[in-house]
Amino acid sequence: MRTPIAYFLLLAGLLFAIGTVGVLVNRNALRIFMSVELQLNAVNLTLVAFARMHNDLSGQVLAFFSMVVAAAEVVVGLAIIVSIYRRHRSVDVDDLREMRW
Amino acid sequence: MVTDLVLRTSGALVWIVAIPLAVASLNLLVGKRLGRWAGILATVAVFASFGIAVAEVRTLLSLPAEDRLFVQHLFDWISVGGFRVGADLRLDTLSATMVLVVTGIGALIHLYSIGYMAHDERRGRFFAYLPLFVFFMLMLVLGANYLILYLGWEGVGLCSYLLIGFWSDKVANAEAAKKAFITTRIGDTLMLIGLAMLVFKFGTLDFEPIFGTAAGVLTKDTATVIALLLLAGAIGKSAQLPLQVWLPDAMAGPTPVSALIHAATMVTAGVYLVIRSRVLFEISGTALTVVLVIGVATALFAATCAIAQFDIKRVLAYSTISQLGYMFIAVGMRAYAVAMFFLVAHAFYKALMFLGSGSVIHGMHDEQDMRQMGGLRRAMPITFVTFTIGALAQAGIPPLAGFFAKDALLEIAQHSGRATVYVLSTLAAFLTALYLGRMLIMTFFGRPRSDAAERAHESSPVIWIPLAILAIGVAFAGLLELSPDGRLAVYLEPVVGVLNEGSGLSFLELAGIAVAVAVVALGMTWWIYGSGRVDTEAFRARMEPMATAARNGWYVDRAYDVVVIQPAKTLARLTADVFDAKVIDGAVNGVAGLVKRAAAGGRLLQTGFVRTYAIVFFVGAVLVLGYVGVRV
Repeated sequence: MRTPIAYFLLLAGLLFAIGTVGVLVNRNALRIFMSVELQLNAVNLTLVAFARMHNDLSGQVLAFFSMVVAAAEVVVGLAIIVSIYRRHRSVDVDDLREMRW
Repeated sequence: MVTDLVLRTSGALVWIVAIPLAVASLNLLVGKRLGRWAGILATVAVFASFGIAVAEVRTLLSLPAEDRLFVQHLFDWISVGGFRVGADLRLDTLSATMVLVVTGIGALIHLYSIGYMAHDERRGRFFAYLPLFVFFMLMLVLGANYLILYLGWEGVGLCSYLLIGFWSDKVANAEAAKKAFITTRIGDTLMLIGLAMLVFKFGTLDFEPIFGTAAGVLTKDTATVIALLLLAGAIGKSAQLPLQVWLPDAMAGPTPVSALIHAATMVTAGVYLVIRSRVLFEISGTALTVVLVIGVATALFAATCAIAQFDIKRVLAYSTISQLGYMFIAVGMRAYAVAMFFLVAHAFYKALMFLGSGSVIHGMHDEQDMRQMGGLRRAMPITFVTFTIGALAQAGIPPLAGFFAKDALLEIAQHSGRATVYVLSTLAAFLTALYLGRMLIMTFFGRPRSDAAERAHESSPVIWIPLAILAIGVAFAGLLELSPDGRLAVYLEPVVGVLNEGSGLSFLELAGIAVAVAVVALGMTWWIYGSGRVDTEAFRARMEPMATAARNGWYVDRAYDVVVIQPAKTLARLTADVFDAKVIDGAVNGVAGLVKRAAAGGRLLQTGFVRTYAIVFFVGAVLVLGYVGVRV
């Protein structure tokens, strides 16, 4: 007996919502970053779930691609956050306002 | 017409115009360093020009009458599609007459200017402008098409402007120059429209094809329109009503300039233009009547103004306008040869009188008011004699040149049955003699009325020699006309045709009436101003307010100021201060302000808060997805 697809989607939606709220309420750049990762993985979960539902591996392959890209993105993102921290001694996004206007 | 004749080329024509141009350029560039040589050079150049012109005219006259035409093609000036204008010169008997007057009298006036301008610092510049004027005037009369004529036409206008305002340190002089330039510009613009119509109708501006085919191409109405447009240019240039206002003010220029440009040559360009375009005017007929009416009105109007002037040069200016009116009368009666004879005679005696007045002004140390003069005949005998010859010539005393010219004109008016013209012309002749007598007596007779008049002295030979030469010309030029057919008329026949004048009073009766009128007028002025039996001040007071009105040119200037100038200024101010400042600038500034305000509002969106961006992003994503979801 297979686990129904709805459970996966519910879990993915829950994770995505948590990620979204995390992005919106956090001020620490690292926490925002983690929340974004959570959103990404929620989407990966839906990809895998739909792949299983359709008995088609291309969804899982796409999830791998997504994870590879996410890993690369994490490298760049963390590097930026580190250099921001070196400059400002803070990673609070509300302090990073000098680029406006 | 002469379209079918073989065009004879003459290589010498170009030198007539090139020499004054070369000297003008030289003096314009280095005139300051040349010192007194600038004047001598310019004088020699114009004399050389005159010499070549005489030689050319002699060659021209050696040909049979119907072959008397030289042309010279210098280069193609404009060539656009089928429309071509060449820099072509043309010497026929009409332009020959003008060329001889321009270079001959021009040369004498250059000679005179050497003396008159001897103490002027900027004489190098003066002797650049004066030959430049001669160059443009020669282009005007020698041009073989309307565009070359127009080039000269505008060129002489420019030189006139430069020379009226020559002493531009005085604001009044600069104003007078501007007025002359702008007033004539009104006529010139209309004339240019006329030329455009000629191009439109004929596809060319050359005289020969236009006059050769005009009768077939133009309807009476079209001819009238074109002729009137050309006439507008002539009216502006020749200071006829209603554009006469600039000439009296043009006397602000140095006196030789008044003599050359504003009496002898440039102002006669209008007469030349109408005679040159006579074919168009004759097809129209109406246009000729207009010329006649304007001529009569101007001759009378200006003569009345001249009577009341105190400034000796302004008397001569109004007298010039009046005499130009006479020329227009002659042209209006198709008596082109008479108009040309009048033009030549007038060039002589008016140049003579202007130069004489210059000599007087020089002797009086720059005093021009005749009330300050008096008794100058003893101090300045040569000037007095020559000036008197000029005045008597203009008044129409035989055997001086003016008598024959005026008599020929009156004869044609009478013989052709134009009684009104005859009577009014005679009346104008009466007024002419009045103002001339008044001027003569106020200047040279009676007692000196100021210190300057008592200390006046005769001018140097370089000034009085041209006077003497011109006086001889005035005295004897008229005798040429004594031959039965009138020599100038015969000579001009190939260009202007023959006039069948009809018949009326005999020559002797007409001459008797004309001379009697002149003598009576001169006698009256002697009674009023010369005999001492009339208190001139009281007389003047009795004539008020007529005298003041006439002195101010019957307030035409003031009327133009009210009717044209002030409304134009108001309109300009309205355009500049209201329309331009508020509407045009308002629109431009308004658009800029709108963008600025939109930007000021828009930049508030860029808060710099990452979380704000995030929520906007999120809401946006929800909206897009929601829209997609609803649509599916």
